[in-house]
Amino acid sequence: MLEQQLLNALTLGSVYALFALGFTLVFGVLAIINLSHGAMFMVGSYAALTLVTRLDAPLWAAMLGAMLISGTLGLLVDVLILKPLRARNAPHLIPMIATIGVSIMLTSAAQGLFGAEVLRFPDDTLPAGEFVIGEVHVRALEIAIVAIAFVLMAALFTTLKRTQLGRALRAIAESPKAAWLLGINVEGLFHVTSFVAAALGGIAGVLIGLDFNAITPQMGQPILQKGIAAIILGGMGDIRGALFGGLFLGFAEVLSKAYLSSQMGDAVAFGLLFLILLVRPSGLFGRKLERKA
Amino acid sequence: MEWLTGNFGDFWSTYSTLIFQVGVHALLALSIWLTLSCGLLSLANAAFMGIGAYVSALLTLHLGWSFGAVLLAGGLAPAAVALIIGAPVLRLSGVYLAMATLAFGEVVRITILNLEITGGPEGLNGIPLATEGWHIVLILALTVYGLARLRRSKVGRAFEAIKEDEVAARLMGINVDRYKLLAFVLGGFIAGVAGALNAHFTFFISPREYGFESAVDILTMAVLGGTSGLFGPILGASILTLLPELLRSLHDFRSLVNGAILVLVVLFLPKGIWEPRRIRAWFKRLKGAKA
Repeated sequence: MLEQQLLNALTLGSVYALFALGFTLVFGVLAIINLSHGAMFMVGSYAALTLVTRLDAPLWAAMLGAMLISGTLGLLVDVLILKPLRARNAPHLIPMIATIGVSIMLTSAAQGLFGAEVLRFPDDTLPAGEFVIGEVHVRALEIAIVAIAFVLMAALFTTLKRTQLGRALRAIAESPKAAWLLGINVEGLFHVTSFVAAALGGIAGVLIGLDFNAITPQMGQPILQKGIAAIILGGMGDIRGALFGGLFLGFAEVLSKAYLSSQMGDAVAFGLLFLILLVRPSGLFGRKLERKA
Repeated sequence: MEWLTGNFGDFWSTYSTLIFQVGVHALLALSIWLTLSCGLLSLANAAFMGIGAYVSALLTLHLGWSFGAVLLAGGLAPAAVALIIGAPVLRLSGVYLAMATLAFGEVVRITILNLEITGGPEGLNGIPLATEGWHIVLILALTVYGLARLRRSKVGRAFEAIKEDEVAARLMGINVDRYKLLAFVLGGFIAGVAGALNAHFTFFISPREYGFESAVDILTMAVLGGTSGLFGPILGASILTLLPELLRSLHDFRSLVNGAILVLVVLFLPKGIWEPRRIRAWFKRLKGAKA
């Protein structure tokens, strides 16, 4: 049974990690906590569902479409809301509250358009295969979810490490002003980051929607909390940290649900989080924070 | 005269809960204003409210304490918790403090969810109705008076100095850690009293009301109203409490307007709705136009 639980944990954890990556990317580059990331996750889920049910799109196309739609939405939020706030040099609390507003709007819009009830992907759209290794039942769906999550994460890692774009982004994360002086198009890259992050959030939403086969307007809220927890565990703004944090939370959640009580798992996760913040506020991977005057 | 009192009676029975809610939310917004005025972004207030609500409700239900004693206990319990976690937590600043206090809030919520005495996920039912309108008005007035006095005192000036520049404040000989802890504990006390008041007119409390979303709501009220003075948080709390009722005809889309207003205020009124300086400037311009 342990193997089965580990498989479930890996599936859930890889989606958490994917979600947390987009979240941490925005924090690292734009230096804001984007509380609308959970809503992007929800939007992605509904977008894919609509593409599948209304337009009979194949699942892969629906996934791409969902990334595009949630990414565009993220871009719009950046251009219409975050950019003017940046131009005004607003303290970091302000953009965070603006993203709360966005999140409320999107959640409400989804509820108005699709209703509050739980929606599901039609059965024939899901990859149906299942095979047995030893005593473990492996669904093709789970393999697909883990594969997609890891491919996307690998693509992001490579881009950030090896390409000119990645170097520019890391320069901005270090200091936007210095990056600007070096001739980097900082505003443009803020837009790119917002698009990519929201797209990653959106695809994570599709994957969770498929895994649990349940889509609701409120589905972004719990994962937002998990995302926050994941990036704190790993160190805010740190890419490896988000991967680790997401996977860790997935394993903690599934294993504690299986072997402890269903609720205490969250208490353990958040209690641990609280302790980590007290002992090492920069997270497990983050650099030591300098004292800011 | 009778129709007047009759109408008022109807009005009161329909809307009293809503009006009570405005008062409680105003207290909560003031509690976060207090920590913000010391430069602390603490999001623990929903959890403090929850502790206050549960402690007071349990004292009423099991020990039959009088309402006044229960209110006091509802404030003191979270203040004590704030005192204990304050020293380690307040070493953090900015976003990290916000995250740590959010995590603390989750721990509190999940603990309440899993304890036997708190009724777990079903919450506590059948809390006697003890809160009356004048209780809330009186406590709100006392809080505003107390905070207004505090602002003008040595303590308030120390808070302001810390908010503006912590290092400079420390160099001036202000005991920064002590004052931060004071703001945190007092904020916890006010939030706890608000929770106790709330528990004694809603009849029922459950852990759901004290989670992440409430923490964010409380912050939103204060920032929406404006944090430069005491009136801003009260205004923000009133708007965010009454708005959903006013927009009832929009059904499913009413929160859409709610969210949009939030975004617009942040974009166009960066210091919140109530900002004395801007309002004074408006009046000046009006006078200028007349002359």
